[in-house]
Amino acid sequence: MTARTYLDHAASSPCEPGVVEAMAEAFAVAGNPSSLHASGRRARRVLEDARDSLAADLGVLPGEVVFTSGGTEANNLALLGARPPWRPGLAVSAVEHPSVSAVRERLPGVAVLPVTTTGHLDLDAVAALLDARTGLVSVMWVNNETGAIQPVAEAAVLAHATGALAHSDAVQAFGHLPVDIAASGLDLASVSAHKLGGPVGIGALVVRRGTPLSPQGFGGGQEARLRSGTVPVALAAGFAAASRLAAVRRETEAVRLGRLRDRLIAGAVAAVPDVRVNTVGPCSPAIANLTFTGARADDVLLLLDAQGFDASTGSACSAGVHQPSEVLVAMGRSVDDAGSSLRFSFGPDTADAAIDALLAVLPGVVARARSAA
Amino acid sequence: MRVLAAMSGGVDSAVAAARLVDAGHDVVGVHLALSKNPEAYRSGARGCCSLEDSHDARRAADVLGIPFYVWDFAERFAADVVADFVSEYAAGRTPNPCLRCNEKIKFAAVLERGRALGFDAVATGHYARLERDGDRMSLYRAAEPAKDQSYVLGVLDADQLRHSLFPLGGDTAKAGVRAEAAARGLSLAKKPDSHDICFIPTGDTAGFLHSRLGRRAGDVVDLEGQVVGAHSGTHQFTVGQRHGLHLSVPAEDGRPRYVVGVDPAANTVTVGPRTALAVRVIEGIRPTWTESPVDGSWRGLVQVRAHGEALPALVTATDGGLRISLDQPAYGIAPGQAAVAYDGDRVVGACTIAGTAA
Repeated sequence: MTARTYLDHAASSPCEPGVVEAMAEAFAVAGNPSSLHASGRRARRVLEDARDSLAADLGVLPGEVVFTSGGTEANNLALLGARPPWRPGLAVSAVEHPSVSAVRERLPGVAVLPVTTTGHLDLDAVAALLDARTGLVSVMWVNNETGAIQPVAEAAVLAHATGALAHSDAVQAFGHLPVDIAASGLDLASVSAHKLGGPVGIGALVVRRGTPLSPQGFGGGQEARLRSGTVPVALAAGFAAASRLAAVRRETEAVRLGRLRDRLIAGAVAAVPDVRVNTVGPCSPAIANLTFTGARADDVLLLLDAQGFDASTGSACSAGVHQPSEVLVAMGRSVDDAGSSLRFSFGPDTADAAIDALLAVLPGVVARARSAA
Repeated sequence: MRVLAAMSGGVDSAVAAARLVDAGHDVVGVHLALSKNPEAYRSGARGCCSLEDSHDARRAADVLGIPFYVWDFAERFAADVVADFVSEYAAGRTPNPCLRCNEKIKFAAVLERGRALGFDAVATGHYARLERDGDRMSLYRAAEPAKDQSYVLGVLDADQLRHSLFPLGGDTAKAGVRAEAAARGLSLAKKPDSHDICFIPTGDTAGFLHSRLGRRAGDVVDLEGQVVGAHSGTHQFTVGQRHGLHLSVPAEDGRPRYVVGVDPAANTVTVGPRTALAVRVIEGIRPTWTESPVDGSWRGLVQVRAHGEALPALVTATDGGLRISLDQPAYGIAPGQAAVAYDGDRVVGACTIAGTAA
């Protein structure tokens, strides 16, 4: 098999050696961090070191970090647990990840906050959609499909003005953008390890001190009684190590990846007819989303896969059948265009040569996919 | 060759794909999503439409180390296969949806998309043999008669067959494919074969047709026109059918009676003795040819149902169709089914049965 080019870091970014080492060391420490004996104390030391490190990277206190199984569980916990009975209302943006939008579909009367054609929250429309019964406003920090950076601090101000709490799914932001939860004014934020080079299977919900939150799963009362279940110590160590690596290189990587992103977008627009760019305005440096009008996204993926490129549509599948992106439809794109869109996402191993190689094959691939549509 | 392996989630198509990988082809697996609302799980025999099937196909592709995609052909399938199935029954005929799916979906829409994407051929787990002699590609019955599926491929034309592969057609050993799947580490080796119509997973064809066509009560009459029973819709009946007639007036001679005619316009079902089912001449329409059209008259063998026997016949080209004169009368030949003509073991062509005569 030819060398592959991985352009799907937003789906999962590979663990780097330093992260694997941190986990290997932690896996060697026996014991349950809830136990009182020496082994338990050793495990707890590793876990709490990880929590301290992660909290520092997030700009919060260690006691405000609640480990979960990942971003999905963190989002579910926030949406289901942070609305008091007297304020049951929920307001979420129209472009949320399925772990938020699927919760929204299961609750009655959820307000959907509209976005502009660039996929950014329409702040002017927010206030009118909140009322005295709104308990929680949730707006993602960086969109997982387009990379759009949302005005979460402004959204938090609007939420607080009506007496609601503010949450953000920061899964695609943490590690790529400066994420200072305290400075953002958010009450709750979700993060995930494997989007920034940590292990799959762990994430966290940041719960600012004093924020009322009721648990949604029940058991041994770990994580300040907010998330029961033995915490996977080694995964927490891996999460903290990945977060450190990302924090150290974040500023230089943001500049480097932003240049790659802009080069890919400009190159695609120049080389392929009828490309529409869905990554515009304030956006993550690590994501580029393009619409190849008239081609099935699946077919472009198949042909890129055969040429050695791993990319993605970025949106959910149903029984493996690609569904048109709801995010792009919410931005006003046609269903056909939403089904013709691809996400390329970058990480530390993405080199200039990868973008050159992609741009070299893209015109032929898109032309062929268009002929098959 | 770049080959698109259609993988249903069953053992046959998985082994077919595996053999193509072994042969050095560049293989990509594709599972066809044919149902708008796939059922998560199904018990018993399975077909092509459940989430479990697509999972099994993906798992097999992963074990083989080949790329795998699910292609959504639900809309085409609904229009070309399911709607046709319903309207054929509504017209008093008996369609074969698997044949139709091969003709319109697998070896048409899928093949077209695959060729446009740069694939040379579509491969399936059907049991039939393809033999190439220079530019000539011929379709033959499978080496193992009990497994032969050439009938459901009989509607394919020369261009479709030139871009088809059936890696299992030459197998002779019984049950060898399951053992081979197990030896290859394919966990679907023990999966039951599918027999039912994939879009009617319950197997209740009558209920499916009732839900699509409604109930319309009418008379069951004998050959003299005497009312001998009642029915709730002519689409519930197929020529040759014996069971489920619920006749209120017994036959004078006490012998079993069969459906001998279905007339949706008059809303009647006609029953009669087995002798009334005897057919010597079949009028076929929409002829297709696996190689090139054959003019004039020729002697061959004709098969009129999926697991039927090959009947010796004189086949004559007519204006836009075929007339098939059987040497011996055959019984229970339903309009709408395909008649597939063979020269020995070689498939020559097919037509849709439009009418029959004694």
